Amino acid sequence: MMTNAKHPALVGIICLLFLSTAHAQWNVPERTQAGQDVTIRASLDVYVVGPGFAAKLKPENGSVTIKGDQLRNAGRYLVSNGQNSAVMWVEPSEPAKLNFLAQPSRVPAARPGVISGTAFVFDNNENLVLSSTPVKFDLRVEGAPTISRTVDSRDGVAWIRSDSSRREGNAEFTAAVGGIGVKRIVRQVAAEPCNLSMRARPEKKGILVETAPVRDCSGNAVPDGTIVTFTQLDSKGKTTVDARVKKGVAAALLPPADSATISVASGVVMGNEIRWGGRQ
Amino acid sequence: MNRILPIVFAALTVLLVVVGSAGGGVDASPSTPEGAVHSMFDRVRARDWNGALQHVSKSSNSTAADLSRELGGANASLKTYSSLEKVETSVLHHNDREALVRANFQYSSAVGALADLRDLKVVREGDAWKVEFPVQKPPKVPPQVIPVNYLRWDVITRGADDDWGAQNVDPPKIRITSMNAVERDGGITVLGELVNEDTVPGFVAVGALLIGQNGETLAEETAFDKMNHTVLPKEVTPFRIDFPGLKLAQVKSVRMQPNSMLVPASADPVIGVLHQRLEKDWRGKRVLKGELVNQSGQTVNIPHVIATFYDNTGKIVWVQDGFVSNALLPNTPEPFQVPVRDDLGDNIQYRVIVNHYSLNRAGM
Repeated sequence: MMTNAKHPALVGIICLLFLSTAHAQWNVPERTQAGQDVTIRASLDVYVVGPGFAAKLKPENGSVTIKGDQLRNAGRYLVSNGQNSAVMWVEPSEPAKLNFLAQPSRVPAARPGVISGTAFVFDNNENLVLSSTPVKFDLRVEGAPTISRTVDSRDGVAWIRSDSSRREGNAEFTAAVGGIGVKRIVRQVAAEPCNLSMRARPEKKGILVETAPVRDCSGNAVPDGTIVTFTQLDSKGKTTVDARVKKGVAAALLPPADSATISVASGVVMGNEIRWGGRQ
Repeated sequence: MNRILPIVFAALTVLLVVVGSAGGGVDASPSTPEGAVHSMFDRVRARDWNGALQHVSKSSNSTAADLSRELGGANASLKTYSSLEKVETSVLHHNDREALVRANFQYSSAVGALADLRDLKVVREGDAWKVEFPVQKPPKVPPQVIPVNYLRWDVITRGADDDWGAQNVDPPKIRITSMNAVERDGGITVLGELVNEDTVPGFVAVGALLIGQNGETLAEETAFDKMNHTVLPKEVTPFRIDFPGLKLAQVKSVRMQPNSMLVPASADPVIGVLHQRLEKDWRGKRVLKGELVNQSGQTVNIPHVIATFYDNTGKIVWVQDGFVSNALLPNTPEPFQVPVRDDLGDNIQYRVIVNHYSLNRAGM
């Protein structure tokens, strides 16, 4: 004790040497990739605490191996042997999976900026890949040129906004990273009817009214089942029939009248008007 | 004197009861025209069609089955789920051999009272009065094939085991095209119309939130039976939401909450609403009348008529509904009428839509 007290500098140097030796043996990597094994030299039990994971590992032959399965979740891990501790960052591995949100599932034709696609890039352990990754978006409609754009992801997310094409039909919307691709279908449907027109002719039981093929302003046929309302005003009152478009046209049989005014509408779109008979 | 007074009062009471019975009530005896009508309807109320037929004149050429169909309903119509509640009669014309009796009778049903009115000719047959009740035979639709190849929409939605981010189908886009809040009958009524702008059908619900002057929520309600909930592509439906007991002065704003859901649906049947016109009924009240024609090949069991009324500027001023008690048979006109409020004014326009319930297509 007296010797130590007389040589405090020597004691300090010895302690420093011991500590530096111990730290040199504590080889916890600062960064690693998710799913990879990590081996640490250790003579004591090692405690590992990370996102959704905590374990006590016993050393074997002077080292401890943290299995890749135990390091699946990316994030901050704390490794300790009771005397020393270190922070180890587990980073996502290579992109292996895409989650792709395409909105909406149906969209009217010829509308600007209505289709949005958002891709989330994940590795094979479901970790969001935060490093910038090029994501290729393709919007393909039969009979129209493919719209193709590559966007670098930011914080794991890449997105684009696109116009709908003038043609109705299913648009294949794909997002791809490397060899991984996800396909969604955006159904492009006819927009509001345009230039709605009808004609009328006498029938045995009344007046048969029939529209011309009902199309939107881009020339796409509105889908069957769309409601077209025929209204007849005559001396007996008003008659309305909510007819359905069938094979592209809507038709209805209105009651017989000597003179009448017949109009047609679909939703909030008005069509032509026919003055039937002599008066009115 | 102490004994005489009670006796006098007792005798007076008995006398008054006898006089009251004789003069105030309706003579239910079939020996009078009114009595015959009441006797017949008593049997109808008990659904005793053979018993009712006993009070019907032979000249009517009616059978018990005819009476059952006419007064008890058929084809799973609303009348088959109703019961005759009350009958009020008044004699319009009377002589020794015949009389004309106005019968105003009312059914009670799950959707409210159903009123009917008949002017019945009553004739003397021997010692008894019998009701002439000519039953309208339903027109026979000739055997035929009516091709119904309208669309039907089925929906496959995302499964529970699909990945997060896997695509789903969006609900239909709907838009409220007009809205008006009015104060009527001691409450606030929110009226409006909405359109399904999409290419798929939707189940639509509309709610309204009344916000008070201090930003507080006064009341919240949804449209129930005053709208068509299954709205096909480009179909327009009115809606009416009632807030009883509130005044417009209490309300700062109205927040509308339309919701739509993609549902399987069928595009048929097509129901024509013919000859809509405003008329006065027998009480002098204004009604909207017309005929419904089912242009499909399948019976519509319970038709529900919803009328939208507009003022001369096109603003929606009222929504009124009514159920038709008879089923809609294919290509067979069926009359309907909807009451019209007196305070709507003379220059009103209207639009009628028909909601329908069919047993073999519940919910579509």
